[in-house]
Amino acid sequence: MSILVDKDTRLIVQGITGRDGSFHTKQMLAYGTQVVGGVTPGKGGQTTEDGLPVFNSVQEAVDATSANATVIYVPAQFAAAAVTEAAAAKIPLIVCITEGIPVLDMVEVYHAVQGAGCRLIGPNCPGVISPDKAKVGIMPGQIHKPGRVGVISRSGTLTYEIVNSLTERGIGQSTCIGVGGDPIVGSGFRDLLPLFEEDDETDAVVLIGEIGGDEEERTAEYIGEHLSKPVFAYVVGQTAPEGKRMGHAGAIVSGGAGTAASKIKAFSAVGVPVARTIDELADAVAEKFKA
Amino acid sequence: MKIPEYQAKEMFADYGIPVPPQQLAVTPDAVYEAARKFGGTVAVKAQVHVGGRGKAGGIKVVPNADEARAAGERILGMDIKGIPVKKVIVVESAAEIVKEAYLGVILDRGVKGISFICSAEGGVDIEEVAAKTPEKILTFHTLSREFPEEEARTFAGQLFNDDATEQSVLNVMRGLFRLLIEKDCSLAEINPLVLNDRGEVVALDGKINFDDNALFRLPDIEALRDMDEEDVNEIEAKEKGLSFIQLDGDIGCMVNGAGLAMATMDMIKFFGGEPANFLDVGGSSSPDKVIHAFKLLMGNAKVKAILVNIFGGITRCDDIAKGILESYKQIDITLPIVIRLSGTNAEEGMAMLEGTPLITAESFEAAVKKAIALSKGEAA
Repeated sequence: MSILVDKDTRLIVQGITGRDGSFHTKQMLAYGTQVVGGVTPGKGGQTTEDGLPVFNSVQEAVDATSANATVIYVPAQFAAAAVTEAAAAKIPLIVCITEGIPVLDMVEVYHAVQGAGCRLIGPNCPGVISPDKAKVGIMPGQIHKPGRVGVISRSGTLTYEIVNSLTERGIGQSTCIGVGGDPIVGSGFRDLLPLFEEDDETDAVVLIGEIGGDEEERTAEYIGEHLSKPVFAYVVGQTAPEGKRMGHAGAIVSGGAGTAASKIKAFSAVGVPVARTIDELADAVAEKFKA
Repeated sequence: MKIPEYQAKEMFADYGIPVPPQQLAVTPDAVYEAARKFGGTVAVKAQVHVGGRGKAGGIKVVPNADEARAAGERILGMDIKGIPVKKVIVVESAAEIVKEAYLGVILDRGVKGISFICSAEGGVDIEEVAAKTPEKILTFHTLSREFPEEEARTFAGQLFNDDATEQSVLNVMRGLFRLLIEKDCSLAEINPLVLNDRGEVVALDGKINFDDNALFRLPDIEALRDMDEEDVNEIEAKEKGLSFIQLDGDIGCMVNGAGLAMATMDMIKFFGGEPANFLDVGGSSSPDKVIHAFKLLMGNAKVKAILVNIFGGITRCDDIAKGILESYKQIDITLPIVIRLSGTNAEEGMAMLEGTPLITAESFEAAVKKAIALSKGEAA
């Protein structure tokens, strides 16, 4: 199986005629993702270089293509409205790549998406990939390999590094999800773990956390109570100074809360091994699956 | 982005929150004049962004203008946590404080909404109160841009345990909430909010942090940015599309991606070295960015070795190597540089770096260890 995206994913691209949108549409098509169209307000009726229809609105795109997923590459000023529009059209899976959406806007967007019964991944994320099935986002497809380990991460490049380390050791992935580096994201570790728990083709999950917020702590609690599959964790930001945003808007230790130490302690308390280096993480997963 | 106390209180006043009369001053004479104008007791307060001003001697309450001048002389020019004090405010402080409370409103990632934080214990570090006596903190939240009128009413009278202050506190809550919504604050807090012997509820001190993601739509806030108070390197880096944070160590880091950059710092520390900075050059291989990044690292006198850690995804490592070679030609790099390229076209990239003074490493760990050795004056 895999989770969230697969061969049946019918994807539209919001911002398909923009620089990032058009580049990554080509990349996703090349990977084999079923991209069925795109949206750019005011450019409806055009056809992209790749022969995809462009629509003025998400609703028109859904009506014409029966899309069941959307990926958003529009600039930060318009991204919150783009997510809300996708939610209003009841697209089950909304993946927002855009970085820099005001947090206050995300408060409203988050609850609009919840209210519509949709699932949002991101914003400020690399997207979702189920190797050899579908890639929805900006990650380099070739480092992934189909397999039975799920990956959830708050980071981009660091996730590629870790996925690459797993692949090099012969460990393939069922689905890899970058949940996004912002303070408020549509789905967190805690929201996605149950999907991996239920997925027949996932045997273990790798969680890549970082400083800021209490998502890791809440997730640890959930793992302790509900998860039967093994989890491997890695947490970055131990050397980050207090009160500074470490690149990601959400990666900040404030008022002594959200430290790496607190997250590592929470994972350790429920028996989740926390690797100290990337090699240690990949080796631990490989060791588990050697037999 | 943060603003100093006097600007925070000016904004409070704009939103109908009572604040005591205050005057900004940059010389002892100006402090004297302001104190004389107010008459009686005044507070002279250093205006820097760091916490712990009181403990550092940056806040003095004095009975008259002559002592105010003396306090101004002492405070102006002192260093608080390494930051020189260039401005003070003189605050009229005639009224006696009866009670001190804390009132804050935050964009709350936990509840994915806007939370009010109230405590009858004010003037102290709220995080300490939260850690030691969580029962003294009351919170309520809303998930929309509507002021949570009903909950606010419930809590307003409790803050000073005095029904007579309910309307005043409620007004302060409304003002603070509107400020957060209209100015995209991630935090707006009044600490302490005081009840004085005249029965007035007044914001004596406060702090406002703005959501950096929203600054594009807040030109009036961006204009308040005080370059004296910010790390010039961090601001310059931001303008070039780099994300840079200065640290204390001696190994300069250049990494693509924030998560990988944090992992690189952690790894340096783990293997016994000290990172000099956090630096995310982003996904681009543009020589411009790389040149600026090298300049930033070389500008730090403490740096003894540079570690470049790149994972090529969509961006190809051979493109990145090209960018690095180009910048190497354009600037005089005198420090040893360890470079590790991985991911897309890494082999091609590494091959291009052969025969240059750059020290290549096969893996992340090997690169970190080489950089640490070099930082300690040992051979890589």
